[in-house]
This record gives sequence, structure tokens and C-alpha cells, in this order.
Amino acid sequence: MKQASGEKCINLKLKVWRQKAEESNGRLESFKAENISKDMSFLEMLDVVNEEIILSGKDPIALDHDCREGICGSCGAMVNGRAHGPEKGTTLCQLHMRHFSNGDTVVIEPWRSRAFKVVKDLVVDRSAFDKIIQAGGYISVNTGGAPDGNAIPVPQEVAEKAMDAAECIGCGACAAACPNASAMLFTGAKISQFALLPQGHPEAKKRALAMVGEMDKQGFGNCTNEKECEAECPKGISIINIARMNREFLKSSILS
Amino acid sequence: MKLDSKIPDGPLSEKWDRHRFELGLVNPANKKKFEIIVVGTGLAGASASATLAELGYEVKTFCIQDTPRRAHSIAAQGGINAAKNYQNDGDSIWRLFYDTIKGGDFRSREANVYRLAQVSNGIIDQCVAQGVPFAREFGGQLANRSFGGAQVSRTFYARGQTGQQLLLGAYGALSRQIAAKKIRLFTRRDMLDLVVIDGKARGIIVRNLVSGKLEKHSADALVLATGGYGNSFYLSTNAMASNVSAAFASYKKGALFANPCLTQIHPTCIPVKGTYQSKLTLMSESLRNDGRVWVPKIPEDKRLPAQIPESERDYYLEEKYPGFGNLVPRDVASRNAKHQCDIGKGVGDTQLAVYLDFKDAIKRDGHDAITRKYGNLFEMYEKIMAQDPYETPMMIYPAVHYTMGGLWVDYNLMSTIPGLFVLGEANFSDHGSNRLGASALMQGLADGYFIIPYTIGSYLAEASHDKVDEDHKEFNTSYNEVEARIEKLISIKGKRTVDNFHRELGNILWEYCGMSRNNNGLKKAKKLIKDLRAEYWENVLVGGSEYDFNQSLERAWRVADFLQFGELMVTDALERQESCGGHFNENYQTDENEALRDDKLFCHVSAWEYRGNSRKPKLHKEPLKFENVELTQRSYK
Repeated sequence: MKQASGEKCINLKLKVWRQKAEESNGRLESFKAENISKDMSFLEMLDVVNEEIILSGKDPIALDHDCREGICGSCGAMVNGRAHGPEKGTTLCQLHMRHFSNGDTVVIEPWRSRAFKVVKDLVVDRSAFDKIIQAGGYISVNTGGAPDGNAIPVPQEVAEKAMDAAECIGCGACAAACPNASAMLFTGAKISQFALLPQGHPEAKKRALAMVGEMDKQGFGNCTNEKECEAECPKGISIINIARMNREFLKSSILS
Repeated sequence: MKLDSKIPDGPLSEKWDRHRFELGLVNPANKKKFEIIVVGTGLAGASASATLAELGYEVKTFCIQDTPRRAHSIAAQGGINAAKNYQNDGDSIWRLFYDTIKGGDFRSREANVYRLAQVSNGIIDQCVAQGVPFAREFGGQLANRSFGGAQVSRTFYARGQTGQQLLLGAYGALSRQIAAKKIRLFTRRDMLDLVVIDGKARGIIVRNLVSGKLEKHSADALVLATGGYGNSFYLSTNAMASNVSAAFASYKKGALFANPCLTQIHPTCIPVKGTYQSKLTLMSESLRNDGRVWVPKIPEDKRLPAQIPESERDYYLEEKYPGFGNLVPRDVASRNAKHQCDIGKGVGDTQLAVYLDFKDAIKRDGHDAITRKYGNLFEMYEKIMAQDPYETPMMIYPAVHYTMGGLWVDYNLMSTIPGLFVLGEANFSDHGSNRLGASALMQGLADGYFIIPYTIGSYLAEASHDKVDEDHKEFNTSYNEVEARIEKLISIKGKRTVDNFHRELGNILWEYCGMSRNNNGLKKAKKLIKDLRAEYWENVLVGGSEYDFNQSLERAWRVADFLQFGELMVTDALERQESCGGHFNENYQTDENEALRDDKLFCHVSAWEYRGNSRKPKLHKEPLKFENVELTQRSYK
């Protein structure tokens, strides 16, 4: 493998949140990240740091990551106070080091939200999101017996809007960025997808009530229109989805 | 051991119907008495879990991620095939079957592939009913796009995130069954061993990745849907945690491993930039619908793409394959890209790339139309490469993407261990020696939604299954072996990190068992891997401790298996003295450098039986019979 020529490298100072387990106290620990190629992703930079930590006989920094192409939603951390770092519309794995400057200090912390407990270091427990989906984030059809795919026409603009909402990767940045740790963007996106599509209509009423109820139960806060969620969402999910969720919820509450 | 594929008799188009009728049934009231373990929550695992639970079985589902929604099926971009013929362009079940068999270079089973084509249409219907937001035409009908290896437009898609949307559909169905308490979900669990009792698969040993504790889980039948082994190569388009360990543990317990040398190198990936690189990113094959592949006509041409006039560009795929053009199958496109780079016509800093150019498509259809089709892919490219593909052509190069080989299964998707079923990429069954684009999603969901629910029922109905206790001695033996291996890995405390070894293994496999292979290289690789493995067990350095959230240890276990599995890949590649699809042995090629099969000697599945760490595995051959299609030299001209 040939190294790209003319590569520019930078040196950084990292301050990383270290926490042994949920019940332990945490603290920021300093590391040097040296000779970091600007073409590296943020996670590749952390790989380099972790290799050095391992070689020095210490415990490497724990972080969730998997696909490294911005779609699985595993990775995520607060980088200098911003969810997924300074670039808009980007997951941590797709944030490249060319967006940092030589000598920068980079503070890396886990998602902050009452509903997301720290598992270790930068790893948090996001199972609260699964619980919200389990409350009704699906259409109740068993396998088999579905009508032909073209039986129900879906206007293109409706399909596109549903897709805009469905693009959510469940990373948790919305809740982490929100001053109230609200999960309304996450929940609203799923409710919207099914509220828009005709297939979702039969259960729309039940769905909105159940999902919103579960969201509250999991300890997420309320929305006060700060729009931090939309600003930090790596997939650019719009807060229109929160408005649509509120409408669905209101409709369901009045009608039930 | 005799391999019995259990392919039903009768005409091809009636086999599955007849078989379904002949399969045993479990009385609805009795289903809840059976426990089924499903390992993996990608398309195959999630769809199987949900469907089995809907039928009434008690399901225990395991995944390595923090939530089932993150399995790597999520990253599939381009689409899913089905023989709907909505475009009225001549598609049919038979054509999808034929394209898939031919695309696989005639190394798959006719009966399996035909069944896959048959159930493909039901998958689309099912996913639409679940609320998967597929792309639509203005009139509200489902839209299609074209993919490699086919001349009809049969690929359904949701922007460039089809895998994500299909997986979220299956995850929704899975979540519904969790809420109904029909599925017990175990996240952050790594399957480290298979427990076989009285010759049947009865349980697994998993490591809880948060506490580090080992757990024993028993069941009446098991379903493995643990994906492929592309990460043997270190750099691939797989997710970081994708691994071969669950399949390899099953192989060591008696499941045969089929065609491990068959790996798919995908032609359109973002090129490698440096040694720190941790993974490769795919750019969907759907881009080849509109993008034109080219290199400069003159080798070592260092000009920027915009400075190279039309007359000095070599659109080598369009030139060489006028029939399919840029949409030749993946193996053909990859080999041709490698060839262009080998003769010095590669582009970019490393000269290991070719251009994929959208200029003509943007001129023809407009910027917006291209954004609608590929917007997220263009964005992803720009983020990684810091270049705007609307303005300058993409640079792409082949990368390891998918593995056609996998655990051997019969027509019921059962391995050679009774009660162990294998679905999706983890099995070997449907793609022969080269998978066509948009067929992996089809296969994963076909296996999970429409095949396993019937075949596993028949297994449970026919065999008698005493309940087993998790304190059974086989569970304890397995548990102790796993524990000892973990302790060993931790205690070595050598000088090289796990990733360092993995990278070296990857380089060996890429160099000698990658896009093209030859006997000398393979023999050399075998020795190199053996030596590397020996060093690994003397000199690996695993950070952290055993009973902890320890990602270094997770990787150490997986790399230990990759090192052993790598040798099996090479052994299989050496055994197959022909070229077919993704297995290109340089000694066997046509005058036009296409793969030259040997149907007399190698028209079979190679299934390997484990016989201990120090003995060569035993080869079993399952002959492939072609009664409905003629074996031809693939031609995409």
C-alpha cells in the first residue's frame, strides 16, 4: 500500500472522558495525538491513539463504532461540546481530521442525557430508543399475505417525505444536543414516516400515543423549540417531524 | 460423510411448492414449546426472528451491537432485486433465475437459485406492507433501476439507503415481537462457541461484551445469520465488528465450510489512502447506471481529469463489453480496473484508481435528477475525498465486499450439524462464484421471511428433542474451553497489537488470494499465514482485562479465527484449479482474459471438514447438476 504523497499531518491534544463503568466516577484524561494525517477520519485518529495506549500497557478508550460509513448510528460523542463534532450533517466516523488545525485541543465526551447511561468511557446505553420503537414504531403486519407492492399507490412526494423522516440512524445526537435531552426528533421521525404513508394509517392513533408515552417514560425531556436536534442531526432530519408528531398526538388524544 | 443437498424431485418450477407440501408441520399450539436461538440481526436474522416469533415459537435473538438495528445490512446501498416485471421489459422469474446462475458463473445450485427468484416478489410486497419507503414514480407506482449483470430494470430502492430501510422494516417487525414477549433480545453478545449434544446443535456460549462474563444458552434449534468473512482481508467494506468467529466455531464443531475461496471484490469503492486506513467505503453499483468508467489512454498520464480531452479517454468497459457496458458483473468490472492499473493507467496519487464520471449524466438529466438518485452517495464521497463528484469524476477502486462462500447448507438451509440452520451471507448457497448486485438483500430476506419458517418447522416436527440443561457436560466443556482461550489471549502480553497482526494478514490475503491468484502465490500465502498465526499466539498484545468492556479482546478473538480461516481460504483456492467468477487463477483464463472454468473437474461445491488444528481439513464434493440451463462461457459483450 502506497502512502498518498504530499500528506499533511497535525498534532492534537485530546481530553477524553474516562469512566470505568456506569456507577464509577469519571474524569477527563489527556492524550497526545501526533502525526495525524488530515485524511484520517476522527475514529481512525482514535485508533492511532488507542494503539499507543495498548502498547503502553493501559486500557484503551472504549467507543462504539461499526460501519464507519455514517449509516449504522453506532458512533457518536460530544467533540468540543458539539454532537458528532464541528461539521454539519456528519457522523463522527465521517468527520475528517482536515477540519482540525495543528495544535488544537479536542475535548471528547459521551452523549449526555438522563436516558443514556454511560457504559464505559464514550459508550452509552441507548436501549431507550429501542423501547420507543417497541411501543409502536412499526406497522403490524405478519410475514405473508401482503398485497402486491403496487396495490397501494404512494405519490412520489409523499414517499420522498416519508423517506426524509425514515433516514434517521438512531445515533442519539438529537437527544444529546438538546438542552432538555428530548427524544422528540427521533420519535417524531418514526411517527412521521408512518403517518405519511397510507400503510401506516390504520394504527396511527395508537402509535402516536404509545410512542410518546414511552418516550416520556424513558426519561427524555420535552421540546422547547431550541432546534439543536435539527442542527446536529447527521442526517438532517427536520423538526417538521416534531410538529407532525404533535399533530398526530393531539389528534389521537382528542379522538380517543 | 455424504453430502445430501435434499433437492426435491420434479420440474424446477415445482420443486419448492412440492417441498413445502412435503415438509412436516408443527401444530400451532405446540410451537410455543420450542425454543429457537437466532444469532445475528441483519436482514436474515431479523426477518427470521420476527417471522418465527409470529408463528408462535419462543425466540432468543442475539446481536453484537448495542441494538439490532445496527447490523451491517444497514449499509447496503443500491437496491433489492425482484422479478416483478413492473417495467414490462421482459423480466420473469426464469430470467432472474438465469441471470443469477449465469452471474454466479455456474457454481450454484439450480434449485436454490430458482426458489430465490420465486420468492423475490413476495419480499417486495412484504416490505411495502411494513412501510418501507421505496422510491416511487409520479403516478405512485414503485420505481426500478438497473444493476450489473442484467439487461432488465428490476432493482427496487430507497435512495442510496435500501439496506437501511429494509433492515429497519425487519427491525420493526422484530421490535413488535419483543414487545409481544415472543422474542427475548440479547444485545452486546458475541457468540464464541456452538454446543452440540448427541450430534445436534443445542446451544451457544456467548460473551457479554459489557461485563465480559460468559453465558450459556440452550435451544431446540439454532439459526446462524452472522454474515460473511470479508474482514479476513482487514480492509473491506464490512463493518468493523463483522467476523467469521460464529461460523468458524460451528465449522470446528462439525459443520462443513463451503467454497471459502469465493470472495467478491466490488469494483466501485473509494480507493485506499494510507496505512492508517481502517475500512473501505463502497460507492453503490447503482452509480454505474449513470456513471461512465474511464482511464487516460496513455499510461502515466498525470494531467487532471478535466485536462484530458474526450479523445484521450479510454472508456474501457464500454469498449470491451458493448452489450452490458458499465453494467458488467462485479467480478468482470473489478478485474478490468485492476488490469488498467497494472498497465500503468491508474489515476490519483496512488495510481490505484479509475474514474467514474457523471458529467454526461448531469448534462443529460440535470443536477437535480442525479441528486435525487445518488445524493447521499455523492455527499459521502465528498466527505471522505474532499472532492465534489458533481464537478470532477469520482475515483474508485475495487475492494473486498462480500463472501459467496460460507457454511454448507442443504436445500432446507440446514448445515451438516442437525438443528443448525445458516442464513444470508453466512451460508454459501445462492450466489455461486460471483454475486450480482442487489441480490444479497434479496437472499437475506428470502431466507429469513420465506424459507426458514417452513424448513425449521419440519426439523422440529420430525426429530424428537429432549430438553437439554445448560449444566449439561457439553455446555460446561465448551464454556471451559472458551474461558481458557480468552485467558490465553490476555496472558500472552506480547509486543504486537491485534490490529497490527490483522493488517499483515489482510495484506497477505489481498496480495495472494485477492482479485487474481496463482498457485505459487497461494502456496507462499499458506506458509506466511501459518507463520503469522504461530507468532500471534506468542506475541500478541491484548489491552485491558477479561471481565470488562474490552474491545481489544473482542478483536483478539476474531483475529485469532481469521488467522486460521485465512489458511482455509488459501487451501480452497489451491484446490480449485480453474477460474470462476470471483476466483480468478491466472493459469486459467481465456484469450480475452476472462475466467476459464473447468466444468469437467470443478463443477462442484467444495465443502471442508475440520479435523483438528494440525491436520489438513478433508474435502467433500457436492456435484452441481445443471438440468435446466446450459453451461456456457459467460459473455457480456
